[in-house]
Amino acid sequence: MERAIVLAGSAIGAGLAMIAGIGPGIGEGYAAGKACEAIGRQPEAKGPVTSTLILGCALAETTGLYGLIVALILMFVNPFIGKL
Amino acid sequence: MDNVSITGAKIYYTIPGINYPITQTVVNAWIAMIIIVGVCIWLTRGLKVHATTKRQAVAEMAVQMAHNLIRGNMGEGWGEFVPFIAAILSMSVVSSFMSLTGAYSPTNDLNTFLAWSIVVFVLITYHKIKAKGFGGYLKSFTEPIFVMTPMNIISEIATPVSMALRHFANIVSGYVIGLLLYAALGAFSKMLLFWLPGSLSAIPILQVGIPAVLNVYFTCFSGCVQPYIFCMLTMQFVASAASTD
Repeated sequence: MERAIVLAGSAIGAGLAMIAGIGPGIGEGYAAGKACEAIGRQPEAKGPVTSTLILGCALAETTGLYGLIVALILMFVNPFIGKL
Repeated sequence: MDNVSITGAKIYYTIPGINYPITQTVVNAWIAMIIIVGVCIWLTRGLKVHATTKRQAVAEMAVQMAHNLIRGNMGEGWGEFVPFIAAILSMSVVSSFMSLTGAYSPTNDLNTFLAWSIVVFVLITYHKIKAKGFGGYLKSFTEPIFVMTPMNIISEIATPVSMALRHFANIVSGYVIGLLLYAALGAFSKMLLFWLPGSLSAIPILQVGIPAVLNVYFTCFSGCVQPYIFCMLTMQFVASAASTD
């Protein structure tokens, strides 16, 4: 019974942790929109703008990926089972 | 439903006495290193002053690219830094691409990245102490005011940890998503083809091809962009640590 409660809590926690995905989604969309604006204004700067965008997006993904790591640990490592 | 098991590196052998485990990560990292060293030896065999072979042209291009990367991001006078960045970049890309062959990639293990980022942390600290002196290094923690000291210490530790976690999470998320999709496609094709006679319905037809498309993104794209970002951050941190402003 206790085990089941801990497992359920871990699963719910993993789901809640993935709310972290909202932030990078909004941020990357905003960055991509700005990049489109920049390319529209200066089409000749497409190369540098695109590479900066990819670099920035990969950096902005980090916070979402922290949430993913927490979710993965909760689901596959089950650290709270050992605390029973 | 197939059981999806996501495990870390398997332990092959534990050296008795010091209790040091030889895992899949260690073995595959050595394989990746042997591949890189082999390619380097093969490329640089029989160099001439005026390039006559394609092999030498490729080697010169790679070295030139590494030099340009360092010069563009750190400025002049960082020539000794080129081998380090090139080594990390090639090691990371080769290990990520190892997972295309089905082998366990060393970049699926957090320990690999923690080791790299500890090296980066040592480099940053070394260059800070070299630029400001030991007293200046300690004093830099109390800037702008002494109340900020705990924050500065935390941010000093958070730098290598976030570098390691960023790279690890990107690679491992691709691995996990690929695995889950593979299992889901297998179950789905079983549901779809249940009416076929005999063992014909057991052939997971949907598992052919579709996961490969995902692999192209997660392994080839993410596996190339993330090492690049790791190296960019290393260069930025070291260059800013060495500057005496």
